[in-house]
Formats: sequence, structure tokens, C-alpha cells
Amino acid sequence: MEAIQYARPSTIDDAVRRLSEAGARVLAGGTDLLVQMRGGALRPRLIVDIKGIAELRRVESTPQGFRVGAAVAGAELGAHAAFAEQWPGVVEAFELIGSTQVQGRASLGGNLCNASPAADSVPALIAAGARCTIAGPQGRREMAVEEVCVGPGKTALAPGEFIVDFFFATPPARTGDAYLRFIPRTEMDIAVVGAAVCLTLDAGGRCTAARVALGAVAPRALLVPAAADALIGTTVDDAALARLAAAASAACQPIDDKRGTIEFRTRVAGVLARRAAVAALARARGQ
Amino acid sequence: MTKHHVSATVNGEPVEFLCETQQTLLDVLRDELELTGTKEGCGTGDCGACSVMLDGRLVCSCLVLGVETEGRRIETIESIAQGNELHPIQQQFLEDAALQCGICTPGIVVAAKALLDHNLNPTETEVRYWLAGNLCRCTGYDKIVRAVLNAAAKMREEA
Amino acid sequence: MGNEPKIFSKGYKWVGTRPVRPDGVDKVTGHAAFGADYQMPGMLAGAVVRSPHAHARIKSIDASAALALPGVRAVVTAEDFPDLPSEVSTGGEAPVNFRHVSLNVIARDKALYEGHAVAAVAATTPAIAAEAAALVKVDYEVLPHVIDVLEAMAPDAPVLHEDLYTSGVEPAPTKASNVAARTGFTLGDTAKGFAEADVIVEREFKTEAVHQGYIEPHAAVASYAADGMATIWCTSQGQFMVREFTAKLLGMDISSIRVIPSEIGGGFGGKTTVYLEPLAVALAKKSGRPVKLVMSRVEVFKATGPTSGAWVKVKIGAKRDGKLTAGEMVLKYQAGAFPGSPATLGGMTGFAPYDIENASAECWDVVSNRPKCAAYRAPGAPMAAFGVESALDELAQKLGMCPLELRMKNAAKAGTRALYGPKFLEIGYAETLAAAKVHPHWSAPLGKNQGRGIASGFWFNVGGPSSAAIHINEDGTAEVVTGNPDIGGSRASMAIMAAEVLGIDLAKVKPMIGDTGQIAYSFLTGGSRVTFATGKAVVEAAEATVAELKKRAAKLWKIDGQHVEWRDGQAWCTLDDGTERTPMSLAKIAASAGKTGGPISGAVSINAAGAGPGFGTHICDVEVDPETGAVTVLRYTAIQDVGRAIHPSYVEGQLQGGAAQGIGWALNEEYLYDANGRLQNASFLDYRMPVASDLPMIDTVLVEVPNPGHPFGVRGVGEVPIVPPLAAVANAVSRAVGVRIDALPISPPRLLKKLVEAGKA
Repeated sequence: MEAIQYARPSTIDDAVRRLSEAGARVLAGGTDLLVQMRGGALRPRLIVDIKGIAELRRVESTPQGFRVGAAVAGAELGAHAAFAEQWPGVVEAFELIGSTQVQGRASLGGNLCNASPAADSVPALIAAGARCTIAGPQGRREMAVEEVCVGPGKTALAPGEFIVDFFFATPPARTGDAYLRFIPRTEMDIAVVGAAVCLTLDAGGRCTAARVALGAVAPRALLVPAAADALIGTTVDDAALARLAAAASAACQPIDDKRGTIEFRTRVAGVLARRAAVAALARARGQ
Repeated sequence: MTKHHVSATVNGEPVEFLCETQQTLLDVLRDELELTGTKEGCGTGDCGACSVMLDGRLVCSCLVLGVETEGRRIETIESIAQGNELHPIQQQFLEDAALQCGICTPGIVVAAKALLDHNLNPTETEVRYWLAGNLCRCTGYDKIVRAVLNAAAKMREEA
Repeated sequence: MGNEPKIFSKGYKWVGTRPVRPDGVDKVTGHAAFGADYQMPGMLAGAVVRSPHAHARIKSIDASAALALPGVRAVVTAEDFPDLPSEVSTGGEAPVNFRHVSLNVIARDKALYEGHAVAAVAATTPAIAAEAAALVKVDYEVLPHVIDVLEAMAPDAPVLHEDLYTSGVEPAPTKASNVAARTGFTLGDTAKGFAEADVIVEREFKTEAVHQGYIEPHAAVASYAADGMATIWCTSQGQFMVREFTAKLLGMDISSIRVIPSEIGGGFGGKTTVYLEPLAVALAKKSGRPVKLVMSRVEVFKATGPTSGAWVKVKIGAKRDGKLTAGEMVLKYQAGAFPGSPATLGGMTGFAPYDIENASAECWDVVSNRPKCAAYRAPGAPMAAFGVESALDELAQKLGMCPLELRMKNAAKAGTRALYGPKFLEIGYAETLAAAKVHPHWSAPLGKNQGRGIASGFWFNVGGPSSAAIHINEDGTAEVVTGNPDIGGSRASMAIMAAEVLGIDLAKVKPMIGDTGQIAYSFLTGGSRVTFATGKAVVEAAEATVAELKKRAAKLWKIDGQHVEWRDGQAWCTLDDGTERTPMSLAKIAASAGKTGGPISGAVSINAAGAGPGFGTHICDVEVDPETGAVTVLRYTAIQDVGRAIHPSYVEGQLQGGAAQGIGWALNEEYLYDANGRLQNASFLDYRMPVASDLPMIDTVLVEVPNPGHPFGVRGVGEVPIVPPLAAVANAVSRAVGVRIDALPISPPRLLKKLVEAGKA
């Protein structure tokens, strides 16, 4: 059997070149890739380790917002105090991926490009309105996170393309985000349902903007405008939360599998969306 | 067969080894460097028996490729005791009977040390969540959690 | 020492203390060698070819492509093993049929479950071995399969074994089926008992197959020499079992195999049979090189023993005052692909904590296309106890009685006849209930959505063949050699018991586990027998050593042996005229051994009888999230009659570990199959064993009602603690939500569905 090649480029251009080769796979944290290789599901011809590219490893703060490299590990982003203060929902979602050990390796780019419908960070990224920079043979392009995954294990990225970084626009004042997931244990599980809410209040406490995203209830993470609409214009009172929950449940197109049933996912999606909204609301209020 | 030549620092000593791309750091430690204290319980990052420190960060060595460790610093269970002097966590595990079969113990000791290295006063809940990636099937975790808390208390006294 | 009082009536120097275990340092430093840690010069790596189908006829196996791959040294199939006739052995934890063991180790005509081994390869590297395994072409004819136990019993179910006829039924069946056996027990007249009852509870319960979940995968290294001598280094619960089973499966003499036990990284019953060892020896023989086989976690889940999923029907009747009048159980257990589920043990244990005049159990052993079940901690008992203890909880609710009082009213005591036959001698079940009643946990307040469950459990505990040898060294230190792998600290107990009898400092006693060539036969580490049975052998070996030491002292004193007594590690002599000699220390006697007859040692091999039954009572508090069905265990207390705790820390550890496994069984663990009979969750990610953050501290109470059958009063302790938790958790959830839980696991989707149906979500 042919040996698997390994490359560790230090520039984006080199990485694009190597990734354009047949059978090339990106290695970031490796927490999905190595598992798939071990299980025999995958045997790449070439592994391109992108952690040698400085741009993918940094967290940059600009007046417009934060730029987070695609290969930054969960433990690294969690330790970034300014980012954690501005985007607690993104950080809590990212830090839910795997154990302490996995936190030292797993990356945002990898969690997104593995294209699991249950990826924890993805609903939070979508709710936060994050956009990613994609590098490829045709140069660079930008894409909203919700457009990256197209189905289980499938992304909109073309051959040779990979994610360089994520951009989080500085949110208006009185914005809060939160992510909650349901797992049968307290740790070490894949989300059975995930819900992220990001909302902004005006000075009077009325919701002026909201984004609601759900994970593990459809072939890919869903942005649910109808759920956000249930909050916008309200004080996020119980009636609004009930409408949000109903809209979230209505948006679900889940499957029955080893981790949960259609019935369970649909019901709990509403519950978690409501609870996440309550948590986001508290953060928006500065509580 | 093309093998990579890798130079790294393992337990404070420079080492060189040859490995194929798909060989994990765990494979390298056990099969190439004969450091069998690091255990394989699953090979998929779900049990923590293969926990090691990589450049000061706790990782599952089964989720790191050997070839990725070029120029990097690795610490395994074999480096926790200084010669025949046990680390306070190891000593406390013995005194508190925090092991039964012992297969998960190396990984848990490495993970517990990583916790206490940055937080010498963890709560029970913090210990439990920090160690959630280290499966133990024998103890029900009770004595493990107590041993980590007791070791932390002793280390605080000595600090 | 024959005339001296029973040891357990004395104060102890070492028994009941908590010294650091002798193997501890090696285990906290990573130096202890487990199954996969052995390397031999010239060693090959092996890989096993496994069936992707749940049920298939093996039409042919073509290994030519694999053998043509550079680096491949051997391929073995069933053709390399003798086709054994049916023959039952008791070398395992339960009786086994060697034909079935052989067919499970390597499939001959049919693959009976996904993951069933059909061939094995050995090559120069693990990567080449894996590649070669993929090149072995197996031509399968896929057959219809059956997974569920009730479906497997249906008349039109696909039949796994054309030669399997149900035993224990009249008239004997004329047609093969998946029902291997019916067994049963009857006491009194249940019809009469139910007629006398004021209240009857009857309910069906279901549990899923669960895996032992040891963290160390199976591993073995084997070598085969030109003289026909095989050596196996492996992880198991019994080196003598591995030797006997391997010899039988390969048609070798037992004396041609030496088994060297590694440290064992957990077993819980799952390492009481062979999987890899015969394959490794066959590969080593064929290749002429040592061969190492290590299972992946996926292989462990798919091809090694889980315990049975079970269907259990319980009916109990009681008078208004709570006195039980009758109990009936019907148990249908999955055996996996070959007969041998622990259904009978379920029938024997379920009602054992109770004094019921009229009781019966009907037990069915059923095969289906799942891996052959293996022993798992108190095999068969937890599922039966789940049914009985849940029914009792419901009965208590119907009677408006405290569930603890109900149990106290009916508790078995010394003299109670158990459904399975014997009358109990000294037992401590009532004492566990009394301890529960006064424990602060029992009266602590509960909050909203919270519930408290209580449940009890029983295990026989077993004795059996054990050997021990004590060697006194020249300087007065001692070696204690036994033949049982130390799975949870038993070396510490052996050293403690030996030091106690020898009367010397514990630090001077070094325990070790001998390989099959270094110590006489010892039955498995299992059934909660080692501290009892092997401990008994150690005590007897120590007593024999003391007898020899006394003789040697008499020789040195040049007096008659009857004047010598042994106390505090010294020989004492009081002559008939009342004169006393200066006591002579063990070290001094040892130093002079050359002058008094040579090396001093004591070795015994016994068949230990007198195992003391064990009972436990557990209290569990849970909180249920009614919107998601999530269950959180808030508080847990495990109380058990342990007879005598030799090393209390490791006894507590057994209670805590058993409770944690039982909680996992109750809440989230299960084997999940797809429509093709393939296991869906063969990983620690989706086979959800409890992690550290899932559990509270597990409080323990050690009740000590000494077992008269052991010199220190030891009862086994390892099995009992997994028996009560299933019902303790289920009863807590039932009381928290007001809906009776009758199926495990109580996973969130199942519980939420139940709550929605009951209008309680």
C-alpha cells in the first residue's frame, strides 16, 4: 500500500498548492481526521498540516472585530479574555467540544469542515454572524458560516480550498450570545440537540436584532429566522420565548439515530432555544 | 515505505525516531520509544488513557501524529516522578487507594498534574469536569477525585 | 494452631488497616506491564479478520492475496484448529462447552454475529497485518438474523444452531430452536401464596445488553518453540483458565503451555474466557515467530462478552401489613451467539434477600446474533433484582408503606430457606437495612423534581480451588505467591492476611502472582472469590509455615515441639516445669534454617468451601429535568455486609465501582443494533459509560457480619454492589416523576417519551 505523505506548509500559497493534490486532507487539530483514519473510514494520500501557518494560529483584535485563525484550539481561544468577554456563547460552544485533552487540539475550522450536523461550535458561529475567509486556487473568498456546510460530511469548499480564519464583527452594545446543547452525559458526548441565540437589546430592553441557530436537528446546522422573529420587537418575555420555542421546534428536520429520536430532538430543540435565549438575554443585560 | 525522521524532546531528553505518517504519537511512544506507561484504551480520544503533555498542553497522544511532534516537547507519565521520588499526586493516589486495576492511572495522573499546574485550588466540580475525558471503570471516580483534591491541599501547604 | 480460638475473635494488627498497596508505585509511575506492553525479539503483529455480517454461512476463505503481501508470515482459519465435540468444562466462571468456545474464537461454518472472528494473520508490522486482514477474501452467504430475545424465541425465527434443542422442557423438542434451555426453581405453592395476598404487583421489565467496559483491551503475546512448548503472556482473569482453554482448543497438552499473567486492566468477568490466545499460539506455531494480538476498542465491543439484555416478568403478593406471600419470576436472557446466559443465576438471586414461603423462577437461555455473552459482575443478578426491587417499590407504594420497612419486614435471616435451595447461615442483610435506616441520607430532604430510591441485592460469593505458597527468606522476610491475577488490590489483602498469621511486619511480606509454572492451580479471579478463597489458602499456607517455624524453633531449643507457641512473629516456649525460654524471632529461625532442615515454606492447594453470601442495600437520589428527560444522580450511598474488610479502602472501592457501573447500566449504557444486525455504538463515545462529572461522591457503609467459613470472616465483596443500583436508580426516577420505570436504560429520549405520554413533561 502506498505510504501516506505528510506536508507542513508555512504559507497559505503552499498549503493551497499541496491541498490541490488528489487525496489531500487538511490536518488541523486532528480530532476528527485521526479518528476517521483509525476507523478505516478514510485513507488520505497526503495530509497537509496547516498548523505551521502563522495566520491560522492567531487571534487578532481590530476595531471592526475579532479575527480568529481556523487552527486555533479551543483551550487557546477560551484563554483569550477579550474574545471570551465579547463572545461568551461562541467560547462556551467551542469549549464543549470534547474533553480537556481534545480542547488542546480541536479547532474551529475543523469543527466546521468536518461538517457534522451536530458540531457544537457551528450554531454559535452562525448565531454570532461569523464569516469565514476561504483560501483556494482561485484566491480568497468570504462566506457566511451557515453557507459552508451543505450536508452531513459535505461542505461548499472546492478542492484545494480551506478556511483561513473567522471574522466576528464587533457587536452593538447590549448584545449577548449563548449556546446550549443536550447530551445524555455531562461531558464527552456529541450533541443530540444544540441551540445558539445571539440577541441585541435597545436601551429600553426591547430586542432589536436576533439570530437563532440549531444543531443536530437537520442535515446541517440551521439558521432559524422565524425563531429570531419571535424575539425581535419584544422584551423577550415569556410569550416571546414560547413563540421562539415553537418556531425552533417547527424548523427541525431531524432523524432517528443512536443518539436521539425525531420526537425528542424536535421537542428539546424548543426547550434549549428558549433556555439559550434566556441566557443570552441575561448577558445582553450585562447580568 | 517512506518514514519521517523526527527530532523531539521527550521527558526532557532529546530523541530521534522514524515513523510513518499514520503512526500516532501514542504508537511512537509505545512502539518506537518503549515508553509503555502511556496506555491505549480506545485510540479515538474517548478514554484519556493515553494522555500526555505536548508543549505544556494536555492532549490525547492517540489524536496526535508522531510526525507532528518535530521540534516539540513531550512529557509522559514516566517523567512525573523525579527518579524514585513520587510526585505528590502519585503519592496521594497510593495513600487514598485511588486506583484499582491501574490501567487508567497514568493518564489520570498526567491529567491531574496538568490541572494542578495551573489551578492549585480546584473545586470538586472542576476536578470532575477536567477529568471527564479520563474514563475509569473500576473506582466510580470517588477516590480519584478525593486524591486530586487532597494532593492539591498538600501542595498548597508546601507552596 | 488448631487449638487456638478462631482468628476473627482477636484484635488484629494488619487486618482492617489501609496500607499502600504493594503494586501501587508501579501503577502510578507507568511501570506496571499490562497485556499490550510486552515486546519479544522478532515479534510479529497479528490482526483478526471479522465477519461484517450478523449471520452468514462461510462458503470459502481465500487467503492467497494476503499471503502474497510482503511481510505476511501466517494466516490461520478454523482449518488450523481441531473440530471439537461438545464437552462441558467448569474452568470458566460458568460451565462452558468447549465446542462453543472454539467456534466463538474462530468461526467454522457460520459467522454468528458481526465481529465474529473468521481468520487471523501475522505480519512484520501492524500496518501490514491490517492490510493483509483486509485482503483475506471470505465468501459469505448472508442469512436472516435475529437480535431481540423475544423475537429469537418465536417459532419462525432464523435458527442459529441446527443442533440446538431446548433442554429442560417436557416433552423434549423435536425441532432445533434458539431456546437453549429452561431451568427453574420452586419453593412452596405460589398459587396458594397469591390467593392469600391482599395486594399483588405484576409487571414486565426489560434491560439492554451492556458491556463490562474495562479500559484495557484484550491483548496476548504467544511464542511457540520447536519442542512444542508454547508460552503466552496475556491479560486475563485466570492464567490457568487461559492454559486449559488454549490447550483444549489447540489439542495440546496442558503441560505444553505456560501462561504468564500480565497486570490486568479491568475485567469484571469479561476476561474469564479466551478470544485471542489460541489465535496467537496458532499464528506463532505457523510462523515460527512470537505473535502479538491486541484488540481495538471496536473489536472489544463487537466481539467480546457483553452481558445479557433481559426480559423479566415479576409478580409478587403481600398481605396488607406488608408480609410477602408469594413471588414469581420469568426470566428470558440473551446468551448471544452460543448458549450460556446467566438466566439461571438471575432466577437464583432475585428473591434471595427475602423470606418468601412461596416462590418460583422460570429461566430461559436464548441465543441470537449477538456476541456470546460473558460474565459481568454478579452475572445475571442485576436484571432479576431490577425486576424484583422495582416491583417491591411499587408494592410499597400500593401498601402506603416505607420501602425500607417493607424490606425489613421480609428480610432473609440465618435459617431462611432461599428459593435456590440452601438455608442461609450467618448473613447480614437485615443489618444493611438497619444501617440504611439510620444513615443521614435516608432522611435528608428532597427538592422539586427529585426522588429517592432504595434497592437491595444479593450474590452467593464463591469459593473453589486456590493455591498459595509462602517462602520464608534467609533474613526473615517472606514471599506470598498466589495464582490469581490482582484485579483490584488483592495482593494487598494477601500480604495483610499472611502478615497477620505470621505475626511479622507487613513491610516484610511481599505478595506476587505466579505464572502457571510457579504456583499450583487456582480457579479464576471472579465471583468475588479471591479474598475469600485464595485468602483462605494464604491463611492456611501461613499456618503451615508457622507450624514449620515452630518445629524449627523446637529443634534449635532442642525441646519437644508441643511446648512451642507462635505469637507476634516469635516462637515462645514454656516448659512443663514453667520455665520460659527467650522468645525466638522468625528472622532468627530463618537464619538458622540450614541447620534445622533447609528452606522454610508452606504451600497449600485447597478447594475452599464456606463462602458467605453477600447482601447490599443502596440509596439513590436523582433529579429529573421534566423538559428533557435528563436524570442527574445527586447523592448515592452503598451499604453492604462485607463480612470482614481486610483492606477497607479497596472494599469501599469495590462498592463505589460497582455502584458506578450499575448507574451507567441504569441510565445510558446499551448495545444498539441497526436493521442489519450491526452494532451502532461500538465506541466509548456512543457507548456511554459514566464519566467523572456524571457522578457524585459515592458514600459507603461497610457492615461487618463475619463469615464463619473464613478465618477472618471474609465474604466476597466485588459482585454485590452492581446488583442494587439498577432498581435504586429506577425507583428514584419513578418516585421523582410519578411514573413507574420498567425499562432500562432510562435514557433521556425514553424518559421524555414516557413523561409526555403521562402528561408530565
